[in-house]
Amino acid sequence: MTLTDRQQLSYIASQAADARLNVELETEGMTLNIGPQHPATHGTLRIIARLDGEQVVWAEPVAGYMHRGYEKLTEVRTFPQVTSLINRIDWLGSFANEVPFILAAEKLMEIEAPPRAQVIRTILFELSRIANVSLFLGDLGVQMGAITPVFLAFRDREYILNLIEGATGGRFHPNFDRIGGLKDDLPKGWIQETKGAVKKLEEFCDTIDDLLFGNEIFQSRMRGIGVIPADIAKDYGLSGANARASGIDWDLRRDQDLPLSYDLADWKVWTHPDGDSWARCWIRLQETRESCKIVGQLLDQIPAGPVMTKVPRIIKVPEGEAWVATENPLGEMGYYVVSKGDLGPFRVKIRSASFNNISIVPWALKGVYVPDIITILASLYFILGDIDR
Amino acid sequence: MGLVDKGRLPAPLTKLFNLSRSYSLWVYQWGLACCAIEMGAAFGSPRYDVMRLGVIPLPASPRQADFVCVSGTVTDKMAPAVKRLWEQMPEPKYAISMGSCANCGGPYWDSYSVTKGVDQIIPIDVYVPGCPPRPEALLEGIVLLQQRIKNEDMAAKWRGDEFTTLQRTRAMEAGEVDREGELISDTRSISDEPMPEVAAAHPEPIVVGGGPIE
Ligand code: SF4
Repeated sequence: MTLTDRQQLSYIASQAADARLNVELETEGMTLNIGPQHPATHGTLRIIARLDGEQVVWAEPVAGYMHRGYEKLTEVRTFPQVTSLINRIDWLGSFANEVPFILAAEKLMEIEAPPRAQVIRTILFELSRIANVSLFLGDLGVQMGAITPVFLAFRDREYILNLIEGATGGRFHPNFDRIGGLKDDLPKGWIQETKGAVKKLEEFCDTIDDLLFGNEIFQSRMRGIGVIPADIAKDYGLSGANARASGIDWDLRRDQDLPLSYDLADWKVWTHPDGDSWARCWIRLQETRESCKIVGQLLDQIPAGPVMTKVPRIIKVPEGEAWVATENPLGEMGYYVVSKGDLGPFRVKIRSASFNNISIVPWALKGVYVPDIITILASLYFILGDIDR
Repeated sequence: MGLVDKGRLPAPLTKLFNLSRSYSLWVYQWGLACCAIEMGAAFGSPRYDVMRLGVIPLPASPRQADFVCVSGTVTDKMAPAVKRLWEQMPEPKYAISMGSCANCGGPYWDSYSVTKGVDQIIPIDVYVPGCPPRPEALLEGIVLLQQRIKNEDMAAKWRGDEFTTLQRTRAMEAGEVDREGELISDTRSISDEPMPEVAAAHPEPIVVGGGPIE
């Protein structure tokens, strides 16, 4: 059988169409640059992702856009001055940054804050955790196109900021912790006020639980996405809620003996076996509730007494080295303080949680689709000051 | 508007234009550090609610923005990006520098990696001091910027010389320019003062809460 001209032509045309289709389906490599100023990066993180079509083959975070040189600056400040610097590291939960450094200095000087100061420290620590994580919960929605939660978060966060301002004088950067205690006692009526605010924050958690975590779109974009197994999480040094979401039952508030009064309260460390984006966000929601619980219980147990021990007027920290780490809103934050007996520290090494938490980004983003980059980054939750210091 | 680019605009029209311009400001949020959260509180929270001032905080890109709010620490690594953003914005454009870091380096005045003031890179109209400034302070900065816009000569802005009506009035009182803003040539030859254009090339910045600059 011979082909007619017409059949031959149509055969060639169909072959050509197939070839065209193949070319169209072939995916081209592309480099996508997210940031350095992008809403999804909470500031100035830059992510370079090499894409194959919709899939990420390789991703790399570029840190350093917010590097402010804390470790070097601490060498030219005196011990009391350092706190005013370091509470700008994790700017959402500022008070929590001061505590480990002050504890390290106290360890070197071999003094301890009076019990009243310890309880108030713990309360303020937890309040700053609430202030930090509530904004995270609100911001989560924005990453997926839901604007309402962030307005709710900003509204309810103001109650906590008011309290922090009432007690310390600063909405954001309290600079309230001193070596040997606290700067001041609590103002009158603060405890009553706090009880009310904590109730409001608990309601906020319930709202977010319904509005966001009960949302079908949210669930389908979070569940099973960005799974980090426990051993990988350990390898990369994840800490805080990111580690607990992978099933690692580890919380420095409980597992460590520090002069903070967590053992006075009855609370629970939440873990989740899944290790996906959903688990990380859910853990943070539960932790906010736990923090509210801790604050509520500690408010009734503040002992009487002074808030400051006797410390010399000019603080000289004896020679030595100390390492103190606490469970900050973002994870384990520690200070390794080396003192040579001077007015200021000789060297301070800051271990901040976010730096380790984003080191997993190249691993976690490999093979995911482009829209998932945003949700995985959001659920890992980092703060730029905490990464770059 | 042909009138504007010819460089002269009747006074009532100027007033009308300035009024409408000052109450529909689109702001690009260039949030860099801690101050960004306070800016977010001012722009995004129901308690402070910047939209009642006629400021719209959600443009998609600097190309749609009327003014930029630089809030937070500008590091040397970030500085080129800030400069590029400023160049992408269409004229007329304004800049607010929020927080001590953006004003002058703030707590990092002796750091090796921080740019000591964003005004080294872009011209700033309003400085908002504080570490971080309260959202109210930022709102006041915006109100002051709106007042400045209301006093502006739009045609002059269009020509590229930022010669505000206020400054023109001053120059007129000093006898340096005539009503149209033209230089009176003999005053220039008599006095050794710098030419008014040079003096007014960049209007003096405003500082929220008063106080000296530098
Ligand atoms: S001025 Fe203060 S609050 Fe603002 S970015 Fe600088 S350190 Fe942070």
